[in-house]
Amino acid sequence: MENIIGSQIIQSSDDEFIINVGPQHPSTHGVLHLQLKLDGEKIVDLKPFLGYIHRGIEKMSESLNYKQFIYLTSRMDYLSAHINNQACCLAIEKAIQAEVPERARVIRTLMAELARLTSHQLWWGSTGLDMGAVSPFFYAFREREMILEIFEETCGSRLTMNYCVPGGVMNDIHPDFVRKVKQIIKQFRDNLHEYDELLTNNPIFQSRTIGVGYLSREEAISLACTGPVARASGISCDVRKKEPYDAYDRVTFDEIITTEGDCFARYKVRLEEMKQSMNIIEQLIDNIPAGEYRTKIKGIIKPPAGEYYQRVETARGELGIYLVSDGTNKPYRIKFRTPNFSNLGALKPMSLGGKIGDLVAIMASLDLIIPDIDR
Amino acid sequence: MNAAKRYFTSIFKAIVALLKGMKLTGSYLLRPSKILTQQYPENRDTLYIPERFKGRVFMPHDENNEHNCTACTLCQLACPNGSIRIIAKNIEMPDGTKKKVLDQWVYNLGSCTLCQLCVDACPSDAIVMDNAFEFSVYDKSRLIYNLNKPGSRLKEKKTNSQV
Amino acid sequence: MTHWIGEKLNALFSPEWAAYVGYILAGLAIIILVVVMAVVSIYLERKIAAFMQMRLGPMRVGKWGTLQAFADVFKLMLKEPLTPAQADKQLFNIAPYLVLTVSFLAFAPIAFSPSLQLWDMNIGVLYITSVSSMGVIGILMAGWASNNKYSLLGAMRSGAQIVSYELSAGIAILTIVMMSGSLSVSGIIKSQADGWWIFKGHIPALIAFVIFAIASTAELNRAPFDLAEAEQELTAGFHTEYSGMQFAMFFLAEYTNMFIVSMLGTTLFLGGWMPLHIGNWDAFNQIMDKIPPFLWFFGKVFISLFMFIWFRWTFPRLRIDQLLKLEWKYLLPIGMVNLVIGSIITWLGWIF
Repeated sequence: MENIIGSQIIQSSDDEFIINVGPQHPSTHGVLHLQLKLDGEKIVDLKPFLGYIHRGIEKMSESLNYKQFIYLTSRMDYLSAHINNQACCLAIEKAIQAEVPERARVIRTLMAELARLTSHQLWWGSTGLDMGAVSPFFYAFREREMILEIFEETCGSRLTMNYCVPGGVMNDIHPDFVRKVKQIIKQFRDNLHEYDELLTNNPIFQSRTIGVGYLSREEAISLACTGPVARASGISCDVRKKEPYDAYDRVTFDEIITTEGDCFARYKVRLEEMKQSMNIIEQLIDNIPAGEYRTKIKGIIKPPAGEYYQRVETARGELGIYLVSDGTNKPYRIKFRTPNFSNLGALKPMSLGGKIGDLVAIMASLDLIIPDIDR
Repeated sequence: MNAAKRYFTSIFKAIVALLKGMKLTGSYLLRPSKILTQQYPENRDTLYIPERFKGRVFMPHDENNEHNCTACTLCQLACPNGSIRIIAKNIEMPDGTKKKVLDQWVYNLGSCTLCQLCVDACPSDAIVMDNAFEFSVYDKSRLIYNLNKPGSRLKEKKTNSQV
Repeated sequence: MTHWIGEKLNALFSPEWAAYVGYILAGLAIIILVVVMAVVSIYLERKIAAFMQMRLGPMRVGKWGTLQAFADVFKLMLKEPLTPAQADKQLFNIAPYLVLTVSFLAFAPIAFSPSLQLWDMNIGVLYITSVSSMGVIGILMAGWASNNKYSLLGAMRSGAQIVSYELSAGIAILTIVMMSGSLSVSGIIKSQADGWWIFKGHIPALIAFVIFAIASTAELNRAPFDLAEAEQELTAGFHTEYSGMQFAMFFLAEYTNMFIVSMLGTTLFLGGWMPLHIGNWDAFNQIMDKIPPFLWFFGKVFISLFMFIWFRWTFPRLRIDQLLKLEWKYLLPIGMVNLVIGSIITWLGWIF
């Protein structure tokens, strides 16, 4: 083991030195170990080391049946936990060709957009924190707290909801749900100007993010980046538009694409996505169809043998679930194509030639969640 | 000349934007009514915990110390990580047949993921998710306990002949 | 009050002894003042930061969290003072003391009220600026002696930052010194008897004030210029390897420096202990005169302290090259032009 790692460590000459960033570090958003080769303040080489939070989710899923492994996916990208669960349920429903009632589809979409809002709010707060401004963190959490209370009332948990089951959702929505969501949307729209005053229009923040961490379109395509990282470089890749699932085919929203490809462009893409999420929620919240919230699937779920793939758009990019079934009640193999794993690949081309201060800005704009990389 | 003009306008715009940011934080300083912190142990009386909050699995007993669990073990099969263990025993019925009833419903709160699959799987509504949340203990073995109270029995279902 | 103490001492001891005991008492008074002010400012900073962020701040230790600073100091005293294995032991141990001593030294010429001044030397302002710039040596010592790449990087950045911003601060100070015509602290305050320099010296003094505020925030290593101790980047920079009381000394030195800079700014720009007089409004002036001078002084110091705290909790951080660019391309040229304009205006007598 030692020899393998030793040979992978970056070689250095005398006037450059090697610094390890992490795994315990306040700004790497999780346990990410980066090895940097520095020439003065400039970064010459960068190498990420993964695996510090590998828990074997894919292997564990092979010993659980189809209803049981869904809770594990909440722990992968825990900020869009609901969207991960939704993806698993959609894959299983595709495999057994179950009918999902309209009410459940709309509820799932609403919850997914709320989860996307909470994820982007936390991202905004931690971007401010990485840049050195501590106050935006608390302002972001004020709105996030209200959405988490809605989750608590309807689903029972704030972060790892486990609310989606194959066939629909676990409980019906709380009677207060519609009123509270409307209240939050209104309050958030009123408070959105604070986000601009604190960070977007701040000249210090702008000088730290404009022109920093440029990712060209070709490079983003070849690294398979998805989500806001790719959309800021000009690639149109929103799964909600390309292969609509659940209730996304009946709502209209814009796909935010810019072409600058630097940190500030990614920042603006995510801010605009928050506004689009609010538009989607407003279109759906008044027209939740009445009816069943779940079709009870009788007996043990045993999909026919074969391979099934389902893509969804999480807050960070495209999550793909590849399900291989051999006809029994436990999956033969589940593979998750996670967005953060591919987005991590973009870290090196973006930060070479920059400074350490830029590295922090780039990591904040990539919005990585490390447990999603390591699973 | 243009460069000089840009120099000074950039300074001016920067100062204005910075002052706006300061105005925002300053305004929050002057509005203590917007403070969101709740002082936890002192505010237990006014705390609102939603009733659907998943705090632990709970088996409701009525006033005769009876529960609804028939020891079918469907919850144990549904639990993803083995936090439930059903221990059943056989008792003699008045008419001589043996019946399997619940002896101990062993619950490991320490490893429970609060996923609600057991509650979902139960056919007789014997268990629910309770919204209690203060479970800190010093000894981890105290987190493994029985859900059914001592001396409790299955609630008798009224059959047609008795009605 | 000082006369009363002087008389008591003279009654007890012979004249030279009385002088020595007087000096020792004065030194003790300064130390106690510094400690009290540090504790108060730590508490204020945490509470103001909390209120700006919609939360409550320390509330548990003592009523409304007032004893929090004492709890922190107690905790720091109980920590193990760790010295890294290959660190340079003498430099490592001396560095915190050097930084702290330098901060204490700068209290000598500051005038808290007409009769409370430790040493009214004729180059008071020059003394303060030169003594406080010796703190850089302590920081560089700490970074080098820690035998840690992170600390070294942090110390070098910090050293470059402080040395650059000394220039701008010095030029801003020069503007006022030139307008008032004397380097001694009491001379500058006396020249503000008919109005504070920030009002009397209209435009040049205002620009000098802004430059002084920015430059001194940078010299203190406080946000938005706190790259040297940015946790997010290099885990506390030059004082990473210090723990326990040595860390407490760096901490104390930072707050003490904050006070010195506030006091210097108050003396130069805001009139020191001079009350606020507005032109010929005699009734108003009489009321203002009733408030004791040291209350005026401390009130102004706390206002500038509040401004420093406000800056810290609102703005993100500047990168090291942007920091230096700000200094060399913006602050220094503007400061020099301001100095020239200020000198022309003073020569022509166009100040109030």
